[in-house]
Amino acid sequence: MSINIKNISHIRAYFKNAMLRPDLGAIVGVMLVFLFFFLVAHDTGMFSLEGSMNWGIVSSQFIIIAVGACLLMIAGEFDLSVGSMIGFSGIVIAVTSIVWGWPVWLSILTAFAVAMSIGALIGYITVKTNLPSFIVSLAFLYILRGLTIFVAIASTKKTIIGGINEFSQNDWLAPIFGGKIFSGLFEWLAEQGWIQTFVAGTKAGQPVVSGIPAMMVWALGLIIFGHFLLTKTRFGNWIYASGGDAQAARHIGVPVNKVKILMFVFTAFCATVFATTQVIEFGSASADRGILKEFEAIISVVIGGALLTGGYGSVIGAALGAIIFGVVQQGLFFIGVESSLFRVFLGVLLLLAVILNTHVRKLITGSK
Amino acid sequence: MMSTSPLMELTDIYKSFGNVNALKGVSISINRGECHCLLGDNGAGKSTLIKIMSGVHQPTAGQVNINGKPTVLQGPREAIDSGIATVYQDLALIPLMSVSRNFWLGRELTKKIGPITVMDFEKCNSILMSEMEKIGIQLRDPNQSIGTLSGGERQTVAIARAVFFGAEILILDEPTSALGVYQTSNVLKTVEKVREKGVAVVFISHNVSHALAVGDKFTVLSRGETLGTALAGEINYEELQFMMSGNKELSALKNSK
Repeated sequence: MSINIKNISHIRAYFKNAMLRPDLGAIVGVMLVFLFFFLVAHDTGMFSLEGSMNWGIVSSQFIIIAVGACLLMIAGEFDLSVGSMIGFSGIVIAVTSIVWGWPVWLSILTAFAVAMSIGALIGYITVKTNLPSFIVSLAFLYILRGLTIFVAIASTKKTIIGGINEFSQNDWLAPIFGGKIFSGLFEWLAEQGWIQTFVAGTKAGQPVVSGIPAMMVWALGLIIFGHFLLTKTRFGNWIYASGGDAQAARHIGVPVNKVKILMFVFTAFCATVFATTQVIEFGSASADRGILKEFEAIISVVIGGALLTGGYGSVIGAALGAIIFGVVQQGLFFIGVESSLFRVFLGVLLLLAVILNTHVRKLITGSK
Repeated sequence: MMSTSPLMELTDIYKSFGNVNALKGVSISINRGECHCLLGDNGAGKSTLIKIMSGVHQPTAGQVNINGKPTVLQGPREAIDSGIATVYQDLALIPLMSVSRNFWLGRELTKKIGPITVMDFEKCNSILMSEMEKIGIQLRDPNQSIGTLSGGERQTVAIARAVFFGAEILILDEPTSALGVYQTSNVLKTVEKVREKGVAVVFISHNVSHALAVGDKFTVLSRGETLGTALAGEINYEELQFMMSGNKELSALKNSK
């Protein structure tokens, strides 16, 4: 009898712990989304190799910026300048390489250096003024977007700067952002007749999907890095503490300001990765690129179970949130639903996620 | 049996903020293995005094000796390094984080996996579990969040952490004021255990019966001044209450009943 009661309480404790996983909602969400589209869209080619690449790439884009936003949100801050930073970094690469004639690798490294310095500046202003990062980064949303358009127009009289392909083709650094890996494997698979090939045109005989795009590799790499940093290292412990209760963390000697500034730098890094992969892939940079990306990143993170107030969340959850985002967006396209409805869905999902997260928070902190 | 010089001695401490005199000549000495209760009504200067002891404020005048040496504590970090740990009522722990992550925060144990340094969770958790058992907290799991513990348990974890990391003087700011009867008795038991280890405890309270349960010495503060220090057994509940209440209100209430 007493053993039974003990077992039951153990099982209950186990379920309660599982309930408190930040990414549980996102795990269930991903399963539901895949189940739904598998039932409705299995005959549309959405889950063929080519179709999977389609939503896989879109999801990867969301993941790249979501990982940065996730760690920053857990550290207790927001960055609304992510979208503008994407446009800005892209234009920095284009202007330095096309207009000034720098080698592409130097342009890319410069974009990273400049973006990360601006990230550090946003962080520095936030911790020094004690203002909400919401406001400080909103200011930079406008500052960076304005500068981006100004620089593009002042140097080329256009807002879209193209022709980077010619320069990036023989560059050593560009393929890390725009190349494909396992091309040989995909060619071999095509030769064996296991994957689809083009049947006509100049590419006839070549596989439709010719490799894994670098963007997916970056997404995976950032998930692994972010998850490892957050859950396995002492710095990760400080990220949680800085967002959970900055004052208590300072009392115990955690360098809260340093942690927060570094997370702003990391967010800027992720935005620049996003920008660079796009510039190399499209061969052009556009001053209006990245608009609304900051919100898409934050939504992915919240769907992934992180608390808007900081101190709690998961990189895996944010990645799953990004996948939900990507799969639904592309899935609606596959089943031919009007794409404007995607935004309705997103709004509803965001609302549900925030309500669920708030409930989970009450369970953890025991507060009313 | 132990050295006779006090661990910490404050002499004639004055502290003013602008033209408000929070402390007007307070003297107190803290000895090893002794629980020194600091009693006083709200606004008596208790908080100011502990903030001076924990390095948050610097006295306007007066002398602070630590281990017999005159010292000026420039900040909380310096106080911690001198073995003075303060457990604040609600600022001690981070409720969203696990007990283990809280306990080791800022002093995480690490190990190397190849070139990468990671937290050594196995070691952290096993030490935590044994420390929690010693202090009498039944943890189901080192990864349960602090939020799942009761208020009394949180105070106990915070005290255990301070002592584990080498606090010689433990300042407890109203540790029982927000707690129920049962939890209060647990925290008081913890204080007793810590004192027996030779740690000096400074117990701040405005609850006389909680203070009498653990105190060896009682100092009453009133309007920024010490009304004197008494040893346990030399003073009773009524007298302490009488001193704290500025010689009238409560006793007047009692008489009218």
